[in-house]
Amino acid sequence: MVLNNIEKLLEKYDNGETTLKEEQQLRAYFAQNDVEPHLESYKVMFQYYSKTKQEKFTKDVPLKPKKNNLYKWISVAAVAVLMFGAYTQFDFNKKRTIDDLSHEELLAYNQTKEAFNLLASKFSEGTTNVKVLGIVGTQFEKASEKVDYINEFSNTTNKFFKNK
Amino acid sequence: MTQADFVNIVMPFKDKVFRLAKRLLVSKEEAEDATQEILLKLWNNQDKIEDYNNVEAFSMTMTKNFCLDRLKSKQAQNLKIVHSNYQDNNVSLQKQVELNDSVDWVSKIIEALPEQQKIILQLRDIEQYEFEEIAEMLDMNQTAIRVALSRARKTIREQLTNTHRYGIK
Repeated sequence: MVLNNIEKLLEKYDNGETTLKEEQQLRAYFAQNDVEPHLESYKVMFQYYSKTKQEKFTKDVPLKPKKNNLYKWISVAAVAVLMFGAYTQFDFNKKRTIDDLSHEELLAYNQTKEAFNLLASKFSEGTTNVKVLGIVGTQFEKASEKVDYINEFSNTTNKFFKNK
Repeated sequence: MTQADFVNIVMPFKDKVFRLAKRLLVSKEEAEDATQEILLKLWNNQDKIEDYNNVEAFSMTMTKNFCLDRLKSKQAQNLKIVHSNYQDNNVSLQKQVELNDSVDWVSKIIEALPEQQKIILQLRDIEQYEFEEIAEMLDMNQTAIRVALSRARKTIREQLTNTHRYGIK
């Protein structure tokens, strides 16, 4: 009865109609030692299949961590930005004469110039005042020199008194 | 994704990739190189791995294509044919020799099959994939796969019975 069943399965198997489960049954049947002689060829076949399935891949695969190109590109970008910055900076440094100025710029220029002039005149007034202070200072020094004379005079008078 | 994650993904099917490669390329060294190549390709495209819903099926397809390319390329002319040693501990020496011989025959017969049938037989009878999975891997419809499989199985058995008879009589 079992044999009958197996033979039916084998027919299905040959036609490619067996499910994995049925094939598992066949495998189990042919895995045992005594098999009907006329089915010997199936046995060899299934034996081969199960042998082959045990073969393993043993070689090592060198897995290199993926190179990160981001840093490389960041540095390239940084250099580009620097170059661009230097270039534009260099451009601004070019000397501009008053002739290059537009009307508004000229106006602003003149206004600032006036303002600076005003500041300068006030500043010079300030310095004259300071000069007066300086004069006062020199006068004061002269006066203190005179006071020194008086001191010297009193010293000598004191000596006179001591000698007496 | 770290290396460990990758290995966890790849671990379950790397042997299957190797066996399919070996089925097609015959030589063990060639198959090892192919497997290594496939795994490296997967590793280099690790960002995309999550996008594939079935990495295993994808890898098997990749292996099939890679090996077929390999066979077509000029390098394939240097292919070596290497036989593995099959062992069976339970049978007597006499039987063992006989068996080794016939088991060897199976691999020789499979080797002579057309590539398509070889692949299908490998995926079904050795790796035991469902027809649906095989259909996905090979981009074929299931009926065509069944037909090819049936042809392959019948060829193998016919040839095996023939060699057996010649061997005995």
